[in-house]
Amino acid sequence: MYDKSKSVALANLWVAFAAFFVAIILGLYQVVNRSGLFPELESHELYFASVSTHGVLMGFVLTTFFIMGFGYYTATSTLKRPLWNKGLAWVAFLVALGGTVMAAIPLLAGKASILYTFYPPLVAHPTFYIGATLLVVGSWIWCLEMIMSTITWRRDNPGKVVPLAMYGTTANAIMWLWTSAGVAIEMLFQLIPWSLGLMDTIDPGLARTLFSWTLHAIVYFWLFPAYIAMYTVLPKLAGGRLFSDEMGRVAFIMLLVLSVPIGFHHLYMDPQQSAGFKFLHMLGTFGVAIPTLLTGFTVLASLEGAGRLRGGKGLFGWIAALNWKEPMVVAGMLALFMLIAGGWGGMINASYQMNTLIHNTQWVTGHFHLIFAGTTVIMYLALAYHLWPKLTGRRLASRGMAVLQLWLWTIGMLVLTLPWHVLGLLGQPRRISSTPYDSPLVEQWDPHELAMIVGGAILLFSALLFVLNLLMSHATRKLDDVSDDDWAVAVYPPMSVPKSMNGFVLWNGILAVWMIVAYGIPIVQLLILDAPGSMPWGY
Amino acid sequence: MHIDPLEKKWMYVIGFMTAVMIGSMAYAAIMLNMHPPSNVETIDPKTLHLSGEFAEDNLGATTNPDGSVTVRMVAARYSFYPQMIEVPADTDVKFRITSPDVLHGVHVPFTNMSTMVVPGYVSEVNTRFSREGEAQFLCNEYCGLGHDYMWSKLKVVPKG
Repeated sequence: MYDKSKSVALANLWVAFAAFFVAIILGLYQVVNRSGLFPELESHELYFASVSTHGVLMGFVLTTFFIMGFGYYTATSTLKRPLWNKGLAWVAFLVALGGTVMAAIPLLAGKASILYTFYPPLVAHPTFYIGATLLVVGSWIWCLEMIMSTITWRRDNPGKVVPLAMYGTTANAIMWLWTSAGVAIEMLFQLIPWSLGLMDTIDPGLARTLFSWTLHAIVYFWLFPAYIAMYTVLPKLAGGRLFSDEMGRVAFIMLLVLSVPIGFHHLYMDPQQSAGFKFLHMLGTFGVAIPTLLTGFTVLASLEGAGRLRGGKGLFGWIAALNWKEPMVVAGMLALFMLIAGGWGGMINASYQMNTLIHNTQWVTGHFHLIFAGTTVIMYLALAYHLWPKLTGRRLASRGMAVLQLWLWTIGMLVLTLPWHVLGLLGQPRRISSTPYDSPLVEQWDPHELAMIVGGAILLFSALLFVLNLLMSHATRKLDDVSDDDWAVAVYPPMSVPKSMNGFVLWNGILAVWMIVAYGIPIVQLLILDAPGSMPWGY
Repeated sequence: MHIDPLEKKWMYVIGFMTAVMIGSMAYAAIMLNMHPPSNVETIDPKTLHLSGEFAEDNLGATTNPDGSVTVRMVAARYSFYPQMIEVPADTDVKFRITSPDVLHGVHVPFTNMSTMVVPGYVSEVNTRFSREGEAQFLCNEYCGLGHDYMWSKLKVVPKG
């Protein structure tokens, strides 16, 4: 028996879900405050401290720790050997946790109410920036662990195909190193020295450009584990096989190459970038829809196979025949449903012209809650139900409660985000804590404001069921036999794949050239332009 | 490498959909000259109020010899200045906006009048308003605890 690093995986996952639970309580407070229906509760100070904390906990803490924990499990279980350096996994955990605590203190004290995008020249307490940077440094150690685990396995198993789940995890680790470089440069060369007073002014246009480098691909960093689960866990738990292993590899490679050099679609409305580069990034943005469209097809085809094996007949009969008592199947179908709805909205955001109408409106908040809190997080929740018995050696407290929880999560998310899309079309800005405008518009917004409170309450109840289920699962009957080898098998398991689909050298080269064009040139232009800088401003 | 025939058909569908979407945007950009506001022009946020086009006396709407209108505005915590802008309907309007403090965003709901305002840069938006009546400029980027109160009025009056 080799060491499976289960305790470090479990420690990471618990930090992730503790952050998740705190953040969702803040979420309910925010919709109540924002609705304007309870004026005695309203506070701008509390609201913006809360929304900053909510964003950091959900976007940076839940995701990073979940991805690290799931990665350790994936590496040991698919490669069937210990991690490359298991001591380093604990170092990564402690660095990231220390950074999180360091950033949380100013956030909760209202000293970093600058939202999770921390756009300058608003300035936070320096410990916020340093803590957030340490969280990223912890994740870099995890990236090294994943990449080295794969490299050493390949060296010891020449000619063998890297298991798809680990191939995807390694792709994500490499992509995250590329992705996080933008915000790391912004932190080290702009925000940290400037917030410490070592620099008088910085260029907010350059800061936004560097942040956009990270801002888009980070959502693919979050989404990757959800896709890995859809390809390599879901088909097996549905009782079928993966439709195509090779298409999974193609999708992971495309995500690695395409998701980083396209961040300017977040800057469509910005004055510091020219139309030509915005247009170039638009092309890549539509390109990155391709791996998602491939994934939707492969996953649905795998599920259809499973449904037909279970006796489903006719065009849609296989859907009813699926095992709707299995949390992973329920989550997979609901995740795809939210992905289709949210992806459609994303096409509008990504479009070079139509984005103008909904830019920075509540539509955007609706979009990313549907894709992130919907599609991505529901897969995290289902993975937790799947992993807990493996990591604790005990059975899950209640599978029925798990299925109910996942349905409630989807219903709550739809009740929350559909009104937000409408509010955005009706012109409501995002990131406001109240609606004091003297305009007939505000009356049109009111009914939708009520709906979002209902959505927030359903989501909090659902999250409570989730956390209770996990907690109770630490005290259930011990399992006699824990299987770590229930990854999905492809219909045609690949005996060999081209070298380019078993490694990443070629793809890193292509990405490097593309990044020089897509980000290198605009950044050099900004440095030459040398716009007059901004001093730090409080809020 | 093994690709299922059905998967191959789906790849053609993906290619077609992507081509239609990119093609329609490229058409609108190249043939109709529709681009997001991308005016790369710098200004010093610390001194812009002292002289030049963003000094207080020079703000507001001016009619150009060719009949088009130029509107100069400053987005500063927590309003857009001047706080009331009047423009004629169905006329080319060029907005020039900048910020002396932090990041702002400006949007007139239901219209294409939308841009980020980044200190150090001048934002420029070219548009036309077809609907007469009162509308609002709303700040749509978080700019501080008073962000909700940052808005001002736009009045679109009959042409002529």
